[in-house]
Amino acid sequence: MLDVKNLHLAFDDLVLADDISFSLKAGQTHVIIGPNGTGKSTLLKTLFGDLQPQQGEVRFNGELLNRKHLGEWRQRFGYMPQDIRLDVGLSVLEVVLLGQLDALSLKLGNRLLEAALEALDQIGLLHLANRDVRTLSGGQCQMILFAQALMRQPKILMLDEPVSALDLHFQQVLLDHLDRNTKQHGWVSIMILHDLNLAAQYADNLLVLKEGKLVAQGAPKDILTPELVYDVYGVAAEVMQDSAGVPFVRTQRSGHHASLV
Amino acid sequence: MIHSTLVTDAVNAQRRSEKRRWFVITCLMFVLLLSFVFDIATGPSMLGLTEVANALANLLGLPVEVSRTTQVIVTNLRLPIAVMAVIVGGSLGVGGAEMQTLLNNPMASPYTLGMAAAAGFGAALMLYLGSLGMSSQIAVPIGAFVCCMLSASLLFGLAMMRHITSGQLILAGIALLFLFQSLLSLVQFVSSPELSQQILFWLFGSLTKATWTNVAITAGVTLVCVLVLMKDAWKLTALRLGEERAKSLGVNVTRLRLKTLIIVAIMTATATSFVGIIGFIGIVAPNIARMLVGEDQRYFLPLSFLVGAFLLSSASVLSKAIVPGSLFPIGIVTAIIGVPFFFWLIIGKKR
Repeated sequence: MLDVKNLHLAFDDLVLADDISFSLKAGQTHVIIGPNGTGKSTLLKTLFGDLQPQQGEVRFNGELLNRKHLGEWRQRFGYMPQDIRLDVGLSVLEVVLLGQLDALSLKLGNRLLEAALEALDQIGLLHLANRDVRTLSGGQCQMILFAQALMRQPKILMLDEPVSALDLHFQQVLLDHLDRNTKQHGWVSIMILHDLNLAAQYADNLLVLKEGKLVAQGAPKDILTPELVYDVYGVAAEVMQDSAGVPFVRTQRSGHHASLV
Repeated sequence: MIHSTLVTDAVNAQRRSEKRRWFVITCLMFVLLLSFVFDIATGPSMLGLTEVANALANLLGLPVEVSRTTQVIVTNLRLPIAVMAVIVGGSLGVGGAEMQTLLNNPMASPYTLGMAAAAGFGAALMLYLGSLGMSSQIAVPIGAFVCCMLSASLLFGLAMMRHITSGQLILAGIALLFLFQSLLSLVQFVSSPELSQQILFWLFGSLTKATWTNVAITAGVTLVCVLVLMKDAWKLTALRLGEERAKSLGVNVTRLRLKTLIIVAIMTATATSFVGIIGFIGIVAPNIARMLVGEDQRYFLPLSFLVGAFLLSSASVLSKAIVPGSLFPIGIVTAIIGVPFFFWLIIGKKR
């Protein structure tokens, strides 16, 4: 569905994508993990057409990403960047409405308002609709921006660390909603996560990046091993399985001696 | 649906907030009308408000009795100035509003980005060159306009580059401001004292240069520019969420930035070339508008116009009232009113 072939992108000698190829299926959640500064956000920006790779191509349903038709290309994306600050004099409802930017006119119809409220309701935040966004907490802002991305009715949903500010409850609300709707609507969902356990729990397909290289890809239970964790993060960890067969990772506290080495 | 009453409540609350913002806009229209009438009434010979109202009604074709002198004063002397105050104030307000939106900075305005300084330099250069043989009434505005657009085109060039941030644009604008101020000082330095005096007077900013032709040109340009900006109202609102997020919502940020910058430059260049440099309205008006209606551009943009128009119109009244019988340059008055407000704004931010 979303196919990437031989992607290469570097800023001077900083290589952020080194011959990356993969194919992402619709109706699945694809989770990208990897150390800081390894090119995860860069990869999303490249898929979105915001960064131009030196080599390689990106296709959706066979259609090639072409800089001349960037507008149409982006039409099908719901993209939630990492930055969750909202410092603007708008209400929550207005921010969510902006997800449907192209449909907005000087006079707001009830239909659009109700669609935005529906998006808020689905993630349990209807009661915030008329609040000024500057009064919200970081986590609330993050949920509102998720609602905005949903409002775009995407075919491809890209979330850059969508749970970084969320409490346990909203983590689950967001990820469950994503999971359910990805399967139901056949979205290609791509998200960057740092929590390997959440990644293992929600990923149908896990992509592991290290220094711009795709070092492993597959179902979490097939690829998540202590060796991989050590290789990618340099951290010793045990990988166990819960009763449902989903792997979970527990890092070992590095002792005083280890840190001296 | 369980939540249907909650949804209805939220829709109603949104509608109420829209109505409230319309109410604010209507109020501003009303106070603007008042200051407009006062502006016509004040001057070397004071007119009564009813006289002014009658003369205006007469102009609109209503059968009202007005003395011939009053009619002439209103139509030929006061009205062009009063209308110019409204249009230029409005255009400065909108220009400031969109600069602040574009650069994501409440302290930005065409003035702080050197556009006004460039216009001042252009006017001064024209005066220095003896208007190139043309009438100075025509040559000086042209010089100001051209120079303002030239300076702005440096900013356009930067804005077109894909990875220039708004912070870098502001820095470049401030550098241009200093450059043109220096060039302006240079022209004044090499000019004769008489010429230097003329330049200085132009720089003060004054509405007395308004003629019906100037007014018509400025009104036409401003109207077109404001309508084009209104068409992008939602995109400009989205831009305030940050450039990256605006992109993620499908806005072509580079194009929008360039387009808006060009429109603001044209508006500013036109207004400044006819009335000289008028500071602070571009910064202050949008900030007042933002406090009153928030940043939904459907309301923010027109209100910035109205607040700017009201500020300049009332400054015009004040400039005539400070020393009765004489005309104080309005550029001086706006800065004197503007500075205390500016301070209040800075301190208010801290809360």
